[in-house]
Amino acid sequence: METNHQLKRADFIFKNENDWKDVLKKNINRPPHELINELISSELKGRGGAGFPTGLKWKLSAEVKSDIKYVICNADEGEPGTFKDREILSLVPFKVLTAMAICGYVVGAKEGYIYLRGEYFFLKPELNKAISEFEHYCKEINLDFTIRIFMGSGAYICGEETALFESMEGKRGEPRNKPPYPAISGYMNKPTVINNVETLAHAYTIFTYGAKRFYDLGVQYSRGTKLFSVSGDTPKPGIYELELGMSLSDFVNDFGDGDTKAVQVGGASGFLVPRKRFAETTIGYEGKLIGISLPTGGSMMLFNSSRSMFNVLDNYLEFFREESCGQCTPCRVGCQQLLKGIKAVKTGEKNAQHLDKLLRLAETMQFTAKCGLGQSVANSFSSIVENFREEMIY
Amino acid sequence: MNTSATLVKNLADQYGRSRHNLLPILQGVVEQEKYLSESSMIEIAKELDMPASEVYGTATFYSFLEHKKMGRYIIRVCKTITCSMKGKNQVLLAIQDMLKIDIGETTPDGTFSLLQTNCLGFCHKAPTMLINNDVYTDLTPEKVRDILSQYLTKSKEGGQNGN
Repeated sequence: METNHQLKRADFIFKNENDWKDVLKKNINRPPHELINELISSELKGRGGAGFPTGLKWKLSAEVKSDIKYVICNADEGEPGTFKDREILSLVPFKVLTAMAICGYVVGAKEGYIYLRGEYFFLKPELNKAISEFEHYCKEINLDFTIRIFMGSGAYICGEETALFESMEGKRGEPRNKPPYPAISGYMNKPTVINNVETLAHAYTIFTYGAKRFYDLGVQYSRGTKLFSVSGDTPKPGIYELELGMSLSDFVNDFGDGDTKAVQVGGASGFLVPRKRFAETTIGYEGKLIGISLPTGGSMMLFNSSRSMFNVLDNYLEFFREESCGQCTPCRVGCQQLLKGIKAVKTGEKNAQHLDKLLRLAETMQFTAKCGLGQSVANSFSSIVENFREEMIY
Repeated sequence: MNTSATLVKNLADQYGRSRHNLLPILQGVVEQEKYLSESSMIEIAKELDMPASEVYGTATFYSFLEHKKMGRYIIRVCKTITCSMKGKNQVLLAIQDMLKIDIGETTPDGTFSLLQTNCLGFCHKAPTMLINNDVYTDLTPEKVRDILSQYLTKSKEGGQNGN
């Protein structure tokens, strides 16, 4: 009988929004370097999925000399299975606005933007109301900071930060080459801090309670809490705030329906973990010595034994084929060929060995695609094909 | 000036005439006319003093900026994994059966267009769909028929506004 650990639930994000005025006022009276150090020592990492240290991001942008800088909140939440940013913006918008303004104060930016995905247009009126109340208070305390909403129009790739800048500049959402990184040259080629909605909400927690309170949660390399968007074959789909570093088997014990065959961690661009690997998989950022540690934007999709993994992969690949911006060949052609390839194997038009060719193609995409979209197709593709090969063939 | 040209001019006055104002202007036209006609894209190019091909190139990148004539209510059914697992096809069938149109088509009276879309961000309440900007979750064929009946009544009562 294996020991049944409890998941460590937490409740920071959706609580105590009402003190935002105090939090803002208190923090913009502290020296910027102190705020940066607070963020760095909390070890907060970007909650959009990539996990870049947030304090370092702010520091880099603060160090650049420029009259114009920007703070952008990335609310282009499009990863399949992710829906926490919408909840943050509808329930605790002032936390996000406050963290944006503190960031503006720290790096020396006077303009903030929220890039809101077109699918969330219905959030706009309420969010605008919150923004005008917020800006009114900023004037009261002599803080020069404005926030505007910029609407997206249904393009997953615009969640990639440089594609998002292109989109805001009125162009096709095609990712740029990096470097230069946004901290140096982002929106309108000006230094830009771009953070995910949830990252900003955690920054608010840190500026409210101090870095230690946050750092003490989670495990080494993966500090603090994280919102998880739980969907699929589970009796309790929804949004949950949990401490990082949990093992996937504990997660499945809590959220599974008793028949969980696999869990997709991190959405279509993440990894599919089969049942036999639940115990050795932890949810957090890289750097753990034992087992596999998977970073995630918080999408957890559960599949039970009634689901065909071929259908799952087919669905993901169609998603990527449509959402690939088409700019670089490995991604544009790669997504099409992977989709075509698995269908050909399924119908018997190609033999099973064709899957090995496809795995090599996915690997090539990982190394040669220009941005995270094309590079991460291999994550789900390889983890599904390698673990459920027989389902791809028969 | 035709209506399209007036609309574009007003939007340009509101948002500005720089390249970075292009997306809000395109969205403004789609909000009013449901799609970007060739003539409205040419008008935008004139107002912003840029090549029409650039306007077209940008507009066609975004899936919510339609460039084919659309109905007054655009139905977008989510087809991504969770919605697909939780009964998206039954929802689609119910819509197709009720409106007698296929995916990508518009009803002859120009009231509804039916499309599929990628993840709407409501996977915990799948299946889901958007009608214009409104989200409908936890759909069943019965629920879909009720929702569409309400829109049909609304449109028969002569509501000229898209929302």
